[in-house]
Amino acid sequence: MKKILTGNESAAWGARLSKAKVVAAYPITPQTSIIETIASFIANGEMDARYIRVESEHSAMAACIAAENTGVRTFTATSAHGLALMHEVLMWASGARLPIVMSVVNRAMAPPWSVWTDQLDTMAERDVGWMQVYSENNQEVLDSIIMSYRIGERHHILLPSMVIEDAFILSHTAEAVDIPEQKKVDDFIGEFEPAFKLDPDEPAGFGSLIMPEGPYMEFRYKMALAMEDAKREIEKAVEEYNETFGRNYAPFVDEYRTEDADAIMLVLGTIGSTAKDVVDAMRKEGKKVGVARVRYFRPFPTEEIRRIAKSTNMLGVVDRSYSFGPGADLYAETKSVLYSHTDVPVKDYVIGLGGRDVTPEVLRKLFDDMLKIANEGVVDKEIEWVGLHGDERWS
Amino acid sequence: MPIILPEEPTPIAKVPSTENKTGGWRTFRPIIDYEKCIRCYICWKFCPDTAIDFAAPEKHPAPKDALKRFDTVEINYDYCKGCGICANECPANAIELVLEQNVGGEEE
Amino acid sequence: MRKLTIPEEEYMLPGHTACLGCGATIAMRYVLKALGKKTILSIPACCWAVIPGVYPHRALDVPLLYTAFEVTGASISGIREALDVLGKEDVNVVGFAGDGGTADIGLQALSAAMERRHNVFYIMYDNEAYMNTGIQRSGSTPWGAWTTTTPGGKKRMFKHEPKKNVAEIMVAHNIPYVATATIAYPEDLIAKLRRAKEIKGPKFIQIFSPCPTGWRHSPDKTVEISRLAVQTNFFPLYEVINGKYKVSIKPKNPKPVKEFLKLQGRFRHLTEEEVEYIQHEIDENWKALLKKERCSQEE
Repeated sequence: MKKILTGNESAAWGARLSKAKVVAAYPITPQTSIIETIASFIANGEMDARYIRVESEHSAMAACIAAENTGVRTFTATSAHGLALMHEVLMWASGARLPIVMSVVNRAMAPPWSVWTDQLDTMAERDVGWMQVYSENNQEVLDSIIMSYRIGERHHILLPSMVIEDAFILSHTAEAVDIPEQKKVDDFIGEFEPAFKLDPDEPAGFGSLIMPEGPYMEFRYKMALAMEDAKREIEKAVEEYNETFGRNYAPFVDEYRTEDADAIMLVLGTIGSTAKDVVDAMRKEGKKVGVARVRYFRPFPTEEIRRIAKSTNMLGVVDRSYSFGPGADLYAETKSVLYSHTDVPVKDYVIGLGGRDVTPEVLRKLFDDMLKIANEGVVDKEIEWVGLHGDERWS
Repeated sequence: MPIILPEEPTPIAKVPSTENKTGGWRTFRPIIDYEKCIRCYICWKFCPDTAIDFAAPEKHPAPKDALKRFDTVEINYDYCKGCGICANECPANAIELVLEQNVGGEEE
Repeated sequence: MRKLTIPEEEYMLPGHTACLGCGATIAMRYVLKALGKKTILSIPACCWAVIPGVYPHRALDVPLLYTAFEVTGASISGIREALDVLGKEDVNVVGFAGDGGTADIGLQALSAAMERRHNVFYIMYDNEAYMNTGIQRSGSTPWGAWTTTTPGGKKRMFKHEPKKNVAEIMVAHNIPYVATATIAYPEDLIAKLRRAKEIKGPKFIQIFSPCPTGWRHSPDKTVEISRLAVQTNFFPLYEVINGKYKVSIKPKNPKPVKEFLKLQGRFRHLTEEEVEYIQHEIDENWKALLKKERCSQEE
């Protein structure tokens, strides 16, 4: 069944189809319509869940942690400042090994106030032990939520997931979305079987104190192993999902016309769609360019990125965020995994912060710059801020 | 050498704390004078370490007939930290605090 | 044979790591005696995050979810809703937090949980400062007290603000049950919890819990100081059931507060005038409480 849905409605449908039983909700633009849609599902008897109208995102995550630890599937959603407020409890969720799924609508951080998209909010949470999957369209938002429950809830994984979409470009834009059949979703995810739970018949303390000589490090190591193991679960889940629901997702990196490309652009989120259009246009002109859209930033697709980098003459990384100090996030991590594996030139383009439009025209200029570097083999500037006021090169 | 990892994914504390013999913390040892004890169980009631157990009446016979049927109490020195609340609260002044090093051999 | 005035069942095990004479530990022992085995606890950062012992030890015979400092209200909300989903309405859900985690950093989540009227207990064990971090002033520290962040010194920088009245803040939430209790009166404390258990909805109980380490008193005086707090009206015991106040203990001849203060090193520096001021405040607060009782009982 197809419906015309916004990204946020798609996220709500993802939670509904996944049968989350406790939803803790707090409004923040541009996420709010996710929790509003869920409220209307519950109010109309279309979704059977407890809805906790908490007083903050911090409490939203804390309530999800407690409910999930009691043995039920949970869901919440947030953006930007809400995600930052959750920071502490995000680590609580992953450390407690609770496979919570959360929609995050990427929004720029203040000041200055901005409600539009950029990815600093989720990039700032890359080290908290959550899986992160970035979406290109509303269908992927819905499908990724369902897959995230299935992946996270495996007992050898037990990690929470953020399913991420760009503010407004997806969150408030409607497009046709295929709603999977409930029965098939039920079969795909399975009943929620907690690996452990608060139970008066089995008294235990969850998350107690560990001294330096105790197994603190060992528990962290187990988390690290789980994040690695998640890659295999992601592959399996995506393959089965594609087969069951007629989709065509790549597990980690969505590659578009990269096979013989002289230069490949590495992107996250909706910039991928725009870049694909530009690639089509440039290919018609005989310019061999391609796009690799990273879906999973956590776990990081190390092998895929190495393979892609080795297959081309130039890698242009596009970052819709910036880490003050080392540079931008996708770039820094890409360079890190490529070091000692390939000498392919890599350049970073910081673009679209605070929701500034990333147009096909700008992306075409980036591709031209990339092709020039591919041809000359020299990176003029490692990190380039694109489209600053007064800079005529990109406009 | 294989790496040793905990079985559970996250710390789930299941082992009763009774493994932890906190009696070693004690500076003062409360000693009950069963001649004076009136079997009111106030010491048991206020003990923050649940270190006072009940015992059969004959274990520490009461001098007065009226008390002979009542269970008696014993301090579990494995856990008693020696806070002295029992001695302070005892309405019969039947509990004495003795410096551990002066206890000598009469108590185990 | 034995005649006991409180339940015999123990759900708190020996071998825990509380300080000698810890009042908060006695409070936990009574709370679990009152509520029984079908109870789930959520405990934030506070002394009780450490008292159950180091992993893999547990000092409680009920399940316990350790949580971040400020989230107890949200945590018990999540547990409650999940239990209801699972059809386990008969399990008590208890937040057990210190005064810092309640009056200060956790007040927002607590307020929201009470306002949403989840069927939960929130126990504030009040030892009147941040004791687990080593005796720093909280909103619940009383006027005049020494703490490490109100250390006195040449400028007599003690706490110069009155104690935040969290029980009254809870009353203002119009929840069905609010009470104060203290460890010197276990029968009263347990009776209150049992009355609360009969009420479906949010229940808030503040338990005055002396701390020998932080209050600078001899550990054997914990219960005595708790009793003196009531006998001097320093910490009155009362219930507010559906808005109606009922004072639990009305000392016929209240003792001077000096009796309570003089056992504790944290008040040692107080001048005669300052003690008088504390006495005056206590007398006024007591009058106000009796007035509330009268007014709320009037039909």
